[in-house]
Amino acid sequence: MASSSMPKYNSNSLESSSSKRTLNDGTNWEQNEEIPRLPGETRVTDKDVIYMCPFNGPVKGRVYITNYRLYLRSVENDPVVVLNVPLGVISRIEKMGGASSRGENSYGLDITCKDMRNLRFALKQEGHSRRDIFEVLTKYAFPQSHNLLFFAFANEEKFSENGWMVYNPMSEYRRQGLPNDRWRVTFINEHYSLCDTYPSLLVVPYNATDEDLKKVAAFRSRNRIPVLSWIHPETQAVIMRCSQPLVGMSGKRNKDDERYLDIIREANGQISKLTIYDARPNVNAVANKATGGGYEGEDAYPNTELFFLDIHNIHVMRESLKKLKDIVYPNVEESHWLSSLESTHWLEHIKLVLTGAIQVADKVSSGRSSVLVHCSDGWDRTAQLTSLAMLMLDSYYRTIEGFEVLVQKEWISFGHKFASRIGHGDKNHADADRSPIFLQFIDCVWQMSKQFPTAFEFNEQFLITILDHLYSCRFGTFLYNSESLREKEKVTEKTLSLWSLINCEKSKYTNPFYTKELNRALYPVASMRHLELWVNYYIRWNPRIRQQQPNPVEQRYMELLALRDDYVRRLEELQITNNSKISNSSSSSASPSQMMSQVQTHF
Amino acid sequence: EIHIKKPTEKEVNPHLLPGELLLCEANTVYKYIQEDGSDRGIYGKLVCTNFKIAFLDDDSAPDENEPQFKNKIVGENDITLQCVDQIYGVYDEKKKLLTGQLRKYPEKLIIYCKDLRVFHFCLRYTKEEEVKRIVSGIVHHSQTPKLLKRLFLFSYASAAPNNTDGRNQTVMFDTLEDWRYELERTKGNVKYKAVTTNEGYRVSEKLPLYFVVPMCISEESIFKYEGRGIPIWCWSCHNGAALLKMSAFPKEQDDSASPMQKAFLDGIYKTISKPPYELLKTEDLSNSLPSLQDIQTAYTRFKQLFLIDNSTDFWATDVKWFSLLESTNWLEIIRRVLKKAVEVAECLERQHTNVLLIEESATDLCCVISSLVQVMMDSYSRTKSGFQSLIQKEWVIGGHGFLDRCNHLHKSDKEEAPVFLLLLNCVWQLVQQYPPAFEFTETYLTVLSDSLYVPIFSTFFFNSQHQKDINTSGESLKIQSGPFRFLTVWDWSVQFDPKAQVFLNNPLYAEKPKPDKSQRKTARFKHQRQLSLPLTQTKSSTKRGFFREETDYLIKNILGKRIGKFINSSDEPPNSFREFYDSWHSKPVDYHGLLLPRIDGPEIKVWAQRYLRWIPEAQLPGGGTIATTAKILELMEEVQSLQVKMDEEHSQGTFGDIHSVPMLRNSARLSSLFPFALLQRQSVKPALPTSTWKDLEGEDDLVKRDDEFVDLGGEML
Repeated sequence: MASSSMPKYNSNSLESSSSKRTLNDGTNWEQNEEIPRLPGETRVTDKDVIYMCPFNGPVKGRVYITNYRLYLRSVENDPVVVLNVPLGVISRIEKMGGASSRGENSYGLDITCKDMRNLRFALKQEGHSRRDIFEVLTKYAFPQSHNLLFFAFANEEKFSENGWMVYNPMSEYRRQGLPNDRWRVTFINEHYSLCDTYPSLLVVPYNATDEDLKKVAAFRSRNRIPVLSWIHPETQAVIMRCSQPLVGMSGKRNKDDERYLDIIREANGQISKLTIYDARPNVNAVANKATGGGYEGEDAYPNTELFFLDIHNIHVMRESLKKLKDIVYPNVEESHWLSSLESTHWLEHIKLVLTGAIQVADKVSSGRSSVLVHCSDGWDRTAQLTSLAMLMLDSYYRTIEGFEVLVQKEWISFGHKFASRIGHGDKNHADADRSPIFLQFIDCVWQMSKQFPTAFEFNEQFLITILDHLYSCRFGTFLYNSESLREKEKVTEKTLSLWSLINCEKSKYTNPFYTKELNRALYPVASMRHLELWVNYYIRWNPRIRQQQPNPVEQRYMELLALRDDYVRRLEELQITNNSKISNSSSSSASPSQMMSQVQTHF
Repeated sequence: EIHIKKPTEKEVNPHLLPGELLLCEANTVYKYIQEDGSDRGIYGKLVCTNFKIAFLDDDSAPDENEPQFKNKIVGENDITLQCVDQIYGVYDEKKKLLTGQLRKYPEKLIIYCKDLRVFHFCLRYTKEEEVKRIVSGIVHHSQTPKLLKRLFLFSYASAAPNNTDGRNQTVMFDTLEDWRYELERTKGNVKYKAVTTNEGYRVSEKLPLYFVVPMCISEESIFKYEGRGIPIWCWSCHNGAALLKMSAFPKEQDDSASPMQKAFLDGIYKTISKPPYELLKTEDLSNSLPSLQDIQTAYTRFKQLFLIDNSTDFWATDVKWFSLLESTNWLEIIRRVLKKAVEVAECLERQHTNVLLIEESATDLCCVISSLVQVMMDSYSRTKSGFQSLIQKEWVIGGHGFLDRCNHLHKSDKEEAPVFLLLLNCVWQLVQQYPPAFEFTETYLTVLSDSLYVPIFSTFFFNSQHQKDINTSGESLKIQSGPFRFLTVWDWSVQFDPKAQVFLNNPLYAEKPKPDKSQRKTARFKHQRQLSLPLTQTKSSTKRGFFREETDYLIKNILGKRIGKFINSSDEPPNSFREFYDSWHSKPVDYHGLLLPRIDGPEIKVWAQRYLRWIPEAQLPGGGTIATTAKILELMEEVQSLQVKMDEEHSQGTFGDIHSVPMLRNSARLSSLFPFALLQRQSVKPALPTSTWKDLEGEDDLVKRDDEFVDLGGEML
């Protein structure tokens, strides 16, 4: 996925490893050039274009389009400029200039990507030269809008690991010590009849019957009832997630819901109140009453304590990221960097999400109180809060596998609407449903890993790779909005999991500084003094801002590790030699030189 | 009558240095532990000596948990008089700045320190006369003008004669040999010479005893204007191009003198632009960089952001942190200075021209730029002794007015400007961008900055070599004192035990490989490799013609009233700098070669260790860069002990235990503020923002929207 003249540095972001030379059938494909291709990837077209590189100026090259990617190779530059862009990252394709446009390179295509960049190609004006390439790109970048399948369904890659096996809800709950005498596993949602956006397997209070659950579902937005996400191994306090109650303007009450929340409170023998964190700003929660939603009022829920966490909605987050892009791409705002950054509010939002998650985690841990987290529907802000709180409290989630489980569980299985939020294969770039909620979560994780550089088994590359494949549509992992839809589309049978790719090459994604620490709550400091813009992600296309690869501190550590291992090995060898010497030599002490001669004669 | 003392009033005596005198004291002073906004604290005695203000804990049981990084001179609760920044009194919950005479005595004293510590002392339980004595004593001794001879430096030096030779490889540049050695080291000795013209300070008291000028400069021209208008050599690049500095003529010269000065300068420029000298570029720093006043204003605002009273303050300023930072302009100044240094490096390295830095005194921004250029271009300056020698050369001997710039004597606020701190802040940017390139750590830079306020070292307490010399020799002094031998800050053992000194050395530093006997030759070789940079257009002939015009214009201006609008050195197209910068950054870094800072907005950062180190809210237990550094140190120890084992196995020696003292205990739980503030708070309570922003101006429509508009209440009517 290189964008500039340094393919060496960029090539690590996407699939550089998996290129296989296949199918050199087309006459247009240059014989001697390596165009990376995945098994199952087929060529569609290619064309001479001028790539309007925002950093190095116009680059003459040839663009190759397959059913998976757009690949450009420069023809005159040295070093060669390479662009390697999965079509999945394309958000919008626009024509620029018309047949009669004047000026050099004014006629062509402008492609907006979901990963913080734009690509511009200039084409020859004569003969509608862009028409076919525009059509091909539109068709393959937006398969959903053309009744085509995602590339993930055509991908024939083979991996030695099966990423679909990473997450098994039953074993994850067992790891947490569930079910136990207070919490049970229910299959009430096996056919997604209770809630079509929830997973089939749910953990609920032992004292609540399936009938109770059905009644509660009627009072919760989209039937997303309170269910268990995580249980504290010592305090037995739990993190529950759900959607807002359907209180409405008239302030409706539901006895079953009220009783259910009380059962939750009692489940860890808790006398104090059940804490409810409503992720929204207070005013929004109130406003939601107008559309039938709302929050748990004091009268109806006397045994609860409600806090609003002031995290804004998906639209605010989308605008914020848009502003961020404006100040970092293509050029980094120079004169007033800090105030520009502040005006995007991006880090403010990160701060609020982290602050909320810290509160949730602290309540469960030192407050020894169970908490209930919701927003409106419980699939955006709620997922952010529960998963981050779990990351803070449970060191298992800070491992590579544990993090995969966390994403699989709190995000994918609990119905974060990846398809709508990302707009996979959908041409409707202005869809108000799109929002960088998951990106924001990964950014929070990055902030934590930056503050605690030894606490996570995975490295930055792991997070970047997840984000790259969030868009690429090469894997089935993030496709569709819910588990039920994924089951219907037979995603696990017909596509590959991103975790297959990652788990095959774990060393690439491993943080060498990782130090395992069990049962340690890890609270980041949600202060702007410590929050940083994730330059290696948001500004990675700019060759001027790139961080050193590889990281020198890491490199030094790896060198030392190698040195240590070498010493240990040599020492072992020496000891074996010496021991055999000692057993063979007489009891009297021999001088080293004598030893040496003995050794020599002996062997 | 025998008065039985309460146990809390048991006698605690301050630890005094030689020459240190107790001036006043107050008992039952309550020191708040600035941590969580609570009123928790400890009782003790507050004392003021001729060296420091110190708080003595009543329960000062011998501390078993002695910090690993302890300053032997300045303790945790010690504030040297020069380190006091501002003192506030609190009267009825209102803060008032205390400066001179006091009519009313406050119930609380807040001391803000130049090393960013903040102390809160409650005097409510202290006897009234003791309050009066201690408050006026502290204010008087730390905030009012002082004579140079009253500095603790002198009492200390006379009471504790220094017999150590603290040079430890640092070149002091106080002898002719030091300069000759430096000329030889940089191969500058072909075209430049060290001169003795200023022996006895015959030329100027501002110039050092010995310095280096181009061969062609005559002794009489040096005398002519007391050294003004004379290019003074700083350093020579591997390609022969030199970095020079020059003290300009004062701006408001009376007109009659100007034609002569003009002719003089003209002559100088002519001589030094002829072969064998390289083309000359001039750089008037007073024009192209912020003024000292700007720098002082920016830093004053900047440091205020870190002098935080309590947790509420911390979170209140957190909301608008970035714009607050930006409004101080401090980071922008750092960026501009770094950029200027890159420009100079480009002229030397790629254009192969001499660069002449011009400033009125040539002892402020000249020092910053010339030091930075050397740190960037000469890997020797990135070793500890090399950096210390550089500070000696450009700053201490170079004549930076530390005494005035730090305002150690409280003589004039107008002269105060944190010029040396600016350099350290710039060097820190390089240190954090290229960790393996420096032999020293950021902790080294932090303690160096703290040492600016420790008046037992002469290093930062004189304005010039001349001032130090006349105050050292016995002549002008009263009988019993002097001649003094002052300590130099470079003798780190004065402040730190060997155990603590470990933190000054960078474990990541990749030492320069030394393959051959002659090190110096290797150094050349290394530099040669840097020439792989694009050597561009050798249009030198045209430029030579160009040059004369340039000089004329330049001379016209240097003498005229418009001296402030001096020539901008770049007659190059502006992108020449960018090209140089981009091309360098597109290649892998050679840590022993040329090093250019990244200067885009996101790359310039706040020196967190120095500025956040005392703020409890900002600490990350078990986090921060120290977490990885500790891992590296641990591993290095392990490797070392394995090495010892190997040797033993080889020699079949006795299998004794290997005594390797772990450098870091419980490294996983070190605070990010390590080695400074210790983790006092053992609780795992997270720091939670108390005030958060909610306002999204101009986005009301978005804010009010729901995530997805779906009518949930079907039966709503």
